[in-house]
Amino acid sequence: MRVNVSVNGERMSADDVWEGESLLYVLRERLGLPGAKNACEQGECGSCTVYLDGVTVCACLVAAGQAEGREVITVEGLSSGGGTRSEDVSAEGEPADGGLDEVQRCFVEAGAVQCGFCTPGLVVQAHSLIAGASGVPADAEIREALAGNLCRCTGYEKILDAVRLAAARACAARDTPLVPPQQGASDD
Amino acid sequence: MDFLRPGTWEEALAMKAARPDATPIQGGTDVMVEINLDKGRPAALLDLNPVAELAEWSWTGDGAPMLRVGAGVTYARLIAELGGWLPGLAQASRTVGSPQIRNRGTVAGNLGAASPAGDGHPPLLASGALVEAASVRGTRLIPIAEFYLGVKRNALEDDELIRAVHVPPAAGPQYFSKIGTRNAMVIAVCSFAIALRPEERRAGTGIGSAAPTPRRAYAAEEFLAGELDWDGRGPLDPALARRFGELVAEAASPIDDVRGRAAYRRHALGVMARRALGWAWTDHTAGPAGRAPERSGDSG
Repeated sequence: MRVNVSVNGERMSADDVWEGESLLYVLRERLGLPGAKNACEQGECGSCTVYLDGVTVCACLVAAGQAEGREVITVEGLSSGGGTRSEDVSAEGEPADGGLDEVQRCFVEAGAVQCGFCTPGLVVQAHSLIAGASGVPADAEIREALAGNLCRCTGYEKILDAVRLAAARACAARDTPLVPPQQGASDD
Repeated sequence: MDFLRPGTWEEALAMKAARPDATPIQGGTDVMVEINLDKGRPAALLDLNPVAELAEWSWTGDGAPMLRVGAGVTYARLIAELGGWLPGLAQASRTVGSPQIRNRGTVAGNLGAASPAGDGHPPLLASGALVEAASVRGTRLIPIAEFYLGVKRNALEDDELIRAVHVPPAAGPQYFSKIGTRNAMVIAVCSFAIALRPEERRAGTGIGSAAPTPRRAYAAEEFLAGELDWDGRGPLDPALARRFGELVAEAASPIDDVRGRAAYRRHALGVMARRALGWAWTDHTAGPAGRAPERSGDSG
């Protein structure tokens, strides 16, 4: 069957999609977007995390046909944005780091990337957490948000550093206080 | 394999009637695992995502109001929008998978899969929910305790789909407890839910992952109805709590499997039941019954 889906703002279609195929397979094997990684294929590892209509999902658990007419943002779609600082711009005026999203840049700066296989999923999930947070999330909130993303290299400490750094920079960019007035009030 | 995409609920029912072998798919968190790991290959997938009304919830019922939670309401939305009225179900929902899973998975999917380990089942049993099943032949409400027939078997006919689950708002404190190897991404080793209804002088219970189906602990419920000092609001008698735990453990018929031994499950159930009763009773004695917020608006 044919599947039409908006990916990173671009309308795309894939032909000869098997009816039992996952969105992840379509992204990686048919649309040339290998950023989301294929690992457990059962929603346990979070390596394939993408946005589907604005919420994060495991692309391996979305049947390709279910994405028909919907909007997907993959890790590739995060890096096209702005946020590039002047010192990162090359002589030609191009962003030296390819215009990474701030979350991606913080993962690099904090040393939160080792083998890199889990990184795209963690970046998308962390991006979602920070986009929806009104301040720097508490460690417990970060751990909860990333509970479905497995990393076998880092021990997570550097990843937590990266998320805290990215959240602080997002607050600074938005000019919002680092600690929201009623932190934890929404927890019950 | 065929991929069926109904645009409306009526189309979905007609497709299911024409293709009783079609497997409904909502969040895909069970169905896609089966397909990806080649554990089963449905003849057809019936995608319910496009049926917009499934993603809504509303109030229903004439005398006693119930929340009619559409089959497409995700765990994430249930927690955010209905947690005040359905605290037990919301607690259980928070233990489902990860944020990504809760953004897709649904309570109705839990019911459709009918795994004894599904986290939604114990609080539904404890609060006396009804499953709204529909087909082109009509609609019926199935009491939750009659819905589970066996391991991964439920009371749905081949042409029926789950439209919604009807859940009474909490009439008192509710708690859910679950054993697993970590605090996320865990299939229950066993689980337990309690719902106090002080005005009725009764408590509902639900046991998960410790029998071929989720089930109530009837003798334990009767014990509390007869022995709890509902009017006294004094501290819980430890001997009474222990006996309640024993009766819950006796209601289970667990097996040894990869997640745990039968003896461990039975022991853990007794501990969880005793503690959950203690938490609920503490809440009950601390404040007026039925702390849930006032009924207000629907989702749509």
